[in-house]
Amino acid sequence: MSAVDIAGVGIHPFGRHPGVSITEMGVAAVRGALAEAGVGRGGFQAAFCGTAYGGVASGHKVLGALGMTGMPIVDVEAGCASGGAALMLAAAAIRAGQHDTVLVFGIEKMPKGIIRSSFFDPWQEEAGLAATPSYFALRAQRLMAGSGVTKDHLAAVVVKNRRHGVHNPDAMFRTEVEATAVLASRLVCEPLHLWMLCTPNEGAAAVVLRAAGGHGPRLDAAVLRSHLPGAVLSESTPLAGLVDDAIDSPSTRAADAAYEEAGIGPGDLDVVECQDTDAARELLSYEELRLCPPGGSAAMIDEGATSLGGRLPVNPSGGLLSKGEPLGASALGQVVELLRQVRGEAGGRQVAGARTGLAHTVGRGANAGVVIVSR
Amino acid sequence: MDGRVPVRDGLFVDGDRPQLLGSRCRSCAAHHFPRHDACPYCASDEVEPAPLSERGRLWAWTAVTAAPPGYRGEVPYGFGVVELPEGLRVVTRLAEADPTRLHQGQAMELAIVPLHIDDEGRQVVTYAFGAAADGTDMVGQ
Repeated sequence: MSAVDIAGVGIHPFGRHPGVSITEMGVAAVRGALAEAGVGRGGFQAAFCGTAYGGVASGHKVLGALGMTGMPIVDVEAGCASGGAALMLAAAAIRAGQHDTVLVFGIEKMPKGIIRSSFFDPWQEEAGLAATPSYFALRAQRLMAGSGVTKDHLAAVVVKNRRHGVHNPDAMFRTEVEATAVLASRLVCEPLHLWMLCTPNEGAAAVVLRAAGGHGPRLDAAVLRSHLPGAVLSESTPLAGLVDDAIDSPSTRAADAAYEEAGIGPGDLDVVECQDTDAARELLSYEELRLCPPGGSAAMIDEGATSLGGRLPVNPSGGLLSKGEPLGASALGQVVELLRQVRGEAGGRQVAGARTGLAHTVGRGANAGVVIVSR
Repeated sequence: MDGRVPVRDGLFVDGDRPQLLGSRCRSCAAHHFPRHDACPYCASDEVEPAPLSERGRLWAWTAVTAAPPGYRGEVPYGFGVVELPEGLRVVTRLAEADPTRLHQGQAMELAIVPLHIDDEGRQVVTYAFGAAADGTDMVGQ
């Protein structure tokens, strides 16, 4: 499939920004991306805005504040993959010849603590079945049972990502942590401690896509896949599933389709940004994205393969564990990071010689988004 | 049972012999919980009500230590997945809130447990699994 150029990216730092509205954060990210792309008013023919909690016409409000309306403006919700879904729609519109230049952005401003999600019915909340981290904990336990992953590996993921995040000025947490402190943080749901869980927060990111011109960074694939039924601990969060462990996850299905679309395999990647909602989720992503053989995620951490300087650095941005997770913006935040990496602009967190990168998000629904970029 | 209400109708039978109310697909034979109108696995509409086994074995477990949004009951409480002989894994509250007292494959049995008192003074109850009273692990399932 023909590639699409990535003409510019922008970001509003992820974190807590009291007094700054979701619209203002969106304006900052969009301005940054348009400036990089050299695009002004009238320079793009459609806009897609990823957001899960933004509310009615969130994207429209951002472009209204910039005096840049008139084109179709569509909000896109696909849980944690909302930004990836927006990117997929924008790329498809360009490839189809419908538009030449499309603006994609993601915005979110979330409260502290466990996210209250309209996904759950009121009775599920009453019955105690809406504790999001508890589902992560069960998934972590199963990973540990099947892949030789220990709590020390979970702590090591946190240590790695927080070490990377020190060098990211757009991250919420920019201090290193020690494994002993991770394991000493409050137990939320065995085996997950507080510091192993990412923080829902606030931020925005934007990307300008343009019909391929043959220079600069390219979007090689932007794929979204939803879940197949039956996997009880899938992000689809069912009340029951089948006794069947061979059901492909939405992440694997999206990754396989993205590799095919880009004409590459996991061995061609130089850098990966993946969903690390919790530390175990990152390790599971290694397996689901085929970065290692089934059961090989613990070895990846033990060998330092996914640290900066390793064979395949994962989450050089610091990941969601350092950046926090503004749902609608997180996938595009990953794309911003990959662009900085392939352009060689990532400073202290630069992956040497990075040419090809993959970004992965998966969230409730369950939708998984996989994006591949290269230069 | 006056003064005692299920957290939601249609999920389970309360009383001395509690039971989860599932369904079964006549086309692909898969079981479902809660009851479905169409089979999520083969999309068939040929779905019939099917009671589910009240015993199973523990497949995954943890404890919730802080009250999640919309929850008015006590913490901590157990939470996990129990495998039923019908080939079904059910996400469920657990009657045991200490993860160290549970083990992989442990025999579990269904219980209806109290959640909270509602605004009309009624006891709201839900389904849960606890360690089986006779303590025997199921084998060969």
